[in-house]
Amino acid sequence: MSAPAPEVPNAPKQSRTVSAKPPKRRKRIGAKARSSMLLGYLILIGLALIYIYPFLISISGSLKTDAEATQDALGLIPQTITFAAYERLFTREPFALWAGNSMLVAVCVTIGRVLFDSMAGYALSRLRFRGRTVIFAAFIAVLSVPGVVLLIPRFLILSELGLYDTYGGMIIPLLSTAAGVFIMKQFFDSIPESIEEAAKIDGAGTFRRFWSVVLPMATPALVTIFILSFQGSWNELGHFIVARQSPELNTLTVGVAQLVSGQLGAGNQFPLQLAAAVLMSIPVVVLFFIFQRRIMNTTAGAEKG
Amino acid sequence: MSTTRASARPRRGGGIRRGEARAGYLFVTPAVVIAAVFLLIPIALAFWVSLSDWNGFQSPLNPRVNFVGADNYAAITTEDGLAQRNFGRAVRNNLYYVLLVVPLQTALSLFLAVQVNRAVLRGRGFFRTAFYFPSVTSSVAIVIVFQFLFLGTGAVNQVLRAFGVQGPNWLNDSRGVLHIVYGAFGADAAPSALADGGMLGISWWEWLAGPSVAMTVLIILAIFTTSGTFMLLFLAALQNIGSEIDEAALMDGAKPLRKFFSITLPMLRPTLFTVLTLGLIGSWQVFDQIYVLGGGASILTPAYLSYETSFNEFRWGQGAAIAFILFVFIIVLTLLQRWILRERSPKKRGFAQRAAARNLSEGGVR
Repeated sequence: MSAPAPEVPNAPKQSRTVSAKPPKRRKRIGAKARSSMLLGYLILIGLALIYIYPFLISISGSLKTDAEATQDALGLIPQTITFAAYERLFTREPFALWAGNSMLVAVCVTIGRVLFDSMAGYALSRLRFRGRTVIFAAFIAVLSVPGVVLLIPRFLILSELGLYDTYGGMIIPLLSTAAGVFIMKQFFDSIPESIEEAAKIDGAGTFRRFWSVVLPMATPALVTIFILSFQGSWNELGHFIVARQSPELNTLTVGVAQLVSGQLGAGNQFPLQLAAAVLMSIPVVVLFFIFQRRIMNTTAGAEKG
Repeated sequence: MSTTRASARPRRGGGIRRGEARAGYLFVTPAVVIAAVFLLIPIALAFWVSLSDWNGFQSPLNPRVNFVGADNYAAITTEDGLAQRNFGRAVRNNLYYVLLVVPLQTALSLFLAVQVNRAVLRGRGFFRTAFYFPSVTSSVAIVIVFQFLFLGTGAVNQVLRAFGVQGPNWLNDSRGVLHIVYGAFGADAAPSALADGGMLGISWWEWLAGPSVAMTVLIILAIFTTSGTFMLLFLAALQNIGSEIDEAALMDGAKPLRKFFSITLPMLRPTLFTVLTLGLIGSWQVFDQIYVLGGGASILTPAYLSYETSFNEFRWGQGAAIAFILFVFIIVLTLLQRWILRERSPKKRGFAQRAAARNLSEGGVR
């Protein structure tokens, strides 16, 4: 916010002098601009409707009866509001168990990534040790491994290590990511080293300096890792398909996917599926609205208004 | 000096540097171990499987598993048979998916960014949130929503009916879109020139089928969910350009469209390139959607075929071979991107860039 401040009073002055020069032309542009602005608004509102309406009719669809959901999918207000779908999710389907598993995994993965990624990022940015550049180069190389080709490899290693079909197998492989290490390293590179000098002179050890001086300063980057990790592990599907098979270890993504593909005998019950989709989205949607400013802020303070 | 300090604080060992090195190794160990054990070693293991006749029983490292050379790769690329036909179909499906998704999502996200970036626009925050919102939730939830929207009697067909169009039974329609178009011109069957020749086990006529109607739903889904993320990337770049250049162009009397094509677009070139390659890399990794919909020939992709071949049909070698072909292909795309963008200094990265970097490494942009 501080950077553009001196520009703001400049801008209108400049345009005023411009518009004062050819007064006739200004009028024509004004009328044209107004109609094009109106058209722009109409297009944007139409598009926003296309983006939002599917979610609205999903919520309303989850409150309809099976028959009404299939026959009148477009209607926004159900003729008879019923919570049968939600009730069934919690009484006849193990939805609560899935949600518990998803939460456990997401919390563990998020804590692990915040800790391990920041530790590695700090070491690669600040601490001098032999092999540092090689390790960093290796992380950069690992960045480009596409996630989808890891399905078979991950299954193989989890079986070899006896971690297949355990919470450990679902959580440990996700505890750190090269992208997270990279983000943290970039961040630590951007804050001046002199900040640690005082603590260094006071004789604080490396871990102490990291924990009580450097980490509190890294909050913006840690928040980024936090959002990405929670959202990523909550929404993860592929890894949990290949890391487990017991129904007791189903996460929401795996359980609901089975519900959709009819493996649990719920093939055409759209209100049930929609209710599951609505409920499983709540945590990430809440997270999104809490950190909305941070997520949508595209540049560091260069935004006007 | 240092000896007195060291003796005063014995836990430091032999001075600051050595303590620092030890801390350095300690700090990188968890991340390095996880990357080695759950990424590098497994990839090596899967590469071995792709060269072996392992059938899923016991460990792939047990002595009864044989080395078969490139047999698995040959079975899916050069030898006639079902494995080759499936691979050909998957490549064709994904190729049409990429050809449509990448340009459309790039154009749409650029359009949205330019619209939402206008200084005079009211409710900018609302519009940004609306367009970004589909990127937040899981692919499973989005597929459920789309399945519901594209039912035979679903919302999309109801809207189409209002315009007098009878919509297809979207996700159950395996006809190729281009085949339907040829049919409208009276070409229902393959001319012999196209029926006889072919590639990867499927005829030229099948190559020219276009995406299936079911696949077009997934194409729309991909554009719907990724345009918000890419909009943020473009928005960041647009805000870097700033308003001075806009005003200069306005002073010179440039019309908005002219201004966009001769000033804005050239300045956005690095971002445009980033979005194109990220899109290209991500859209070769379609898996989640296909899994939730239960597979099927008309929406088969290489990523899903690799999973199905291994986990459902127990032809592990072939499945791993498909994954490796995909792996090499995507790595080449990534290296190409890095090589072209190599001169750019690492600028301050915003959230969107980080999210994109994460997507790149963890399963692609949906």
